[in-house]
Amino acid sequence: MTSFEELTTQEKPTWCPGCGNFGILTALKNAIVELNLPKHEVVIVAGIGCSGHLPQWINTFAFHSLHGRALPVAQAIKLANHKLKVIAVGGDGDGYGIGTAHFIHAMRRNVNITYIVHNNQIYGLTTGQASPTSEKGFKSKSTPHGLIEPPVNPIALALASDCSFVARGFAGDVKHLTHLIVQGIQHKGFALIDVLQPCISFNYLNTYEYFMKRVYKLEEDNSYNFTNKRLAFEKAFEWGEKIPIGLFYKEERKTYEDELPQIAEIPLVKQNINEIDISSLIEEMC
Amino acid sequence: MTEFSWKIGGEAGYGIMTTGFIFGKSFVRAGFFAFDINEYPSLIRGGHNTYTVRVSEEPIFSHTKNINILVALNDFAFEKHKNEVKKGGFIIYDTDTFNINSKPKDVNILPIPLTTLATEKGGQNIMRNNVALGASFALTNVDIKFLYEVINDVFKEKKGENIASTNIEAAKAGYEFVQKNFSNLKKIEFTHNRKEKRMYINGNEAIALGAIKAGCKFYAAYPMTPASSILHYLALKEYDYNIIVKQTEDEISAIHMAIGASFAGVRAMTGTSGGGFALMTEALGLAAITETPVVVVLAQRPGPSTGMPTHTEQSDLRFVLHASNGEFPRVVIAPGDVSECFYETFNAFNIAEKYQLPVIILTDKFLAESHATTDPFFLEGLKIDRGMMLNKGQPEAKDYKRYENTITGISFRALPSQENVIFKAATDEHNEYGRLEEDPVNRILQMDKRFRKLKVLEGEIVGTKFYGVEDAEITIIGWGSTKGPILEALKILAKKGMRANYLQIVYLMPFPTNMVKVVLEDAKKKILVENNKTAQLGGLIKEMTGIDVDYKILKYDGRPFIPEEIVAKIEEVLTFDKF
Repeated sequence: MTSFEELTTQEKPTWCPGCGNFGILTALKNAIVELNLPKHEVVIVAGIGCSGHLPQWINTFAFHSLHGRALPVAQAIKLANHKLKVIAVGGDGDGYGIGTAHFIHAMRRNVNITYIVHNNQIYGLTTGQASPTSEKGFKSKSTPHGLIEPPVNPIALALASDCSFVARGFAGDVKHLTHLIVQGIQHKGFALIDVLQPCISFNYLNTYEYFMKRVYKLEEDNSYNFTNKRLAFEKAFEWGEKIPIGLFYKEERKTYEDELPQIAEIPLVKQNINEIDISSLIEEMC
Repeated sequence: MTEFSWKIGGEAGYGIMTTGFIFGKSFVRAGFFAFDINEYPSLIRGGHNTYTVRVSEEPIFSHTKNINILVALNDFAFEKHKNEVKKGGFIIYDTDTFNINSKPKDVNILPIPLTTLATEKGGQNIMRNNVALGASFALTNVDIKFLYEVINDVFKEKKGENIASTNIEAAKAGYEFVQKNFSNLKKIEFTHNRKEKRMYINGNEAIALGAIKAGCKFYAAYPMTPASSILHYLALKEYDYNIIVKQTEDEISAIHMAIGASFAGVRAMTGTSGGGFALMTEALGLAAITETPVVVVLAQRPGPSTGMPTHTEQSDLRFVLHASNGEFPRVVIAPGDVSECFYETFNAFNIAEKYQLPVIILTDKFLAESHATTDPFFLEGLKIDRGMMLNKGQPEAKDYKRYENTITGISFRALPSQENVIFKAATDEHNEYGRLEEDPVNRILQMDKRFRKLKVLEGEIVGTKFYGVEDAEITIIGWGSTKGPILEALKILAKKGMRANYLQIVYLMPFPTNMVKVVLEDAKKKILVENNKTAQLGGLIKEMTGIDVDYKILKYDGRPFIPEEIVAKIEEVLTFDKF
């Protein structure tokens, strides 16, 4: 049995006390415990930012990659050894800014990995500039006169990109977030879990209180059906007095790996590469 | 020794590439040596394409200046290339397409209704290319059956048996037309009749074969000329050899995927040209600091920016030597011919895994896309060496340190899913366990550890090759694809009674300083030949050995060197030297 303790590292996180990232880390560890995943079969791939430090404080394999690049690395790890559980983590700048192209293509590709986005609507590690999800008019070090663009809508973007599992959690509700991550890992395909994550040091607007007042759970709305993409799109645009969290959309479809006969029998990493016979290829060239 | 050059010219989009390839391969099948070069603009339809094939009884390494047979599919091709045809040569042109007003002196003109002959027996217009092939073959004494055989091979697989046989019919019509109407012409006579089996292969295909043989299981790339045909070839073979070939959203993704796959434990490669490599540079450092093996092919083309996409240049040497921020060890290999493309790609995977670092294979359009004739690759002795992979129960598995500070700088590599050896591969500076660490002592320890690997590698490789006589008046120095034209230039210089030799630098990093020094210190006249403007290798030689070359022969018009051109330049500098 995988325990919470064995996932916990000796080193303590260096995030600001009260940071939303603590809630995400706890929820992730909870989910791994709940699913009883052997820790050596879990690989966490991170990008850059405060979120990028997460793998340092959870006792699984990890690849800490470059800003915005967690997804290509994570997808390839999965393709190379699809027996692994691969979880990518990143921030809003990471996934919705510099890594947007990878984000969109990873979703349509539907490699069976989980992507947790620590969406704090700010650049934290670089000490407080506007991010792709900062709200219009948001004042920050880089936008002292107020942000001009409207924010990226990650849920709508995911739906439009054929993401097969689209969810939003809140770092302030660890129990709910744990459940979403469990579902995301269990989902066969690419799972996006966008997490509203208050940055207590730099985001004066989107605070715990801000979200506490606004968030409500889609699961508690009996009329909501997460297999209906049209409804999901409608909910994706709900942001203001009320902010929905929970599972927006889910569909079952073949994963990218399912379509690869190369790994139908043996994971790529287990295939023998000694003495590969290329004589027929040489013959073709003669 | 009999040899000739053949050129076909016409509009892009009319199958000239396939036609030229078939011509060359037919002669290789017949036991001769062929070398080809194509030239095409960066567009799909229209524009002017040429494909030149040189055929010889003896081994050849590049194209040459003049041609013996020109096939002009349109008047533009006729006008543009008619004066390249040597005295006594032949020009075949399509009388269905155009008429000629004037013709060059001392050249045999063969007006042939190529299109009519192609369509008479139910073929399509495009099959006039095959009529031209048959007509061209009729100008030699080589058995036409080799042409039919290759046409069949090429079209049967792609388009089916019917199309293949219609194409053969078209070739036959061309062949018979020339035999009937131009029987009095003096043919190109080959005397020998050897039947050795040889390959007709280009650099990209050779790299792909090298990768497959090396156990490359993952290839990710974004299309970019002239590297794309590696992607095409591997994609075609992905089911046969269980390789995952992934076309990605961009080059950034491509190299990160290769790194990810490699981290998970499979041999992985990516390929691109200079612009795509520019996008990959940050990740090159990621591979270096996480000590993840990765092989990157960079097939150069003229830059900067988009430059001339379908042409050739050797202008990214300095770029790959220094690409990415920070300082880290890397390996840069520049194969000079198709067989080096194969063997060095195989080596690249071993080096990448043994030394756990990025290895760059530097080619260019000329090498990547030109077919050359070579003996079938010798596969004996090609041994996979995966380096220090951590096995279960090994003492190092206890208190496992992924980035252990060892004497060689190489530390044991564990893979995800191995029990009790969990580690972090980190883009930040890290300690021996892979944990983020900014301590100054640790920084020096990890930097030195990484760089030590290159020192060890230096002792293992032979970074240069040497051709020609020992006691020479002139020493030519080059790297990469200039090898072919230089070897041909050596032949010409020898005929002229000049004593010349050639130092080929295959490994640019780690630089074979001692070997280069030994050769150049004794060299009388050192002549550098590079396909770029700024003599990048020349600068590197100076930096590493303190030696200045005496002359630089540089070409940066987007075209590869022609042997005669190198010889003329050498004669020029030698003449100049006398004053």
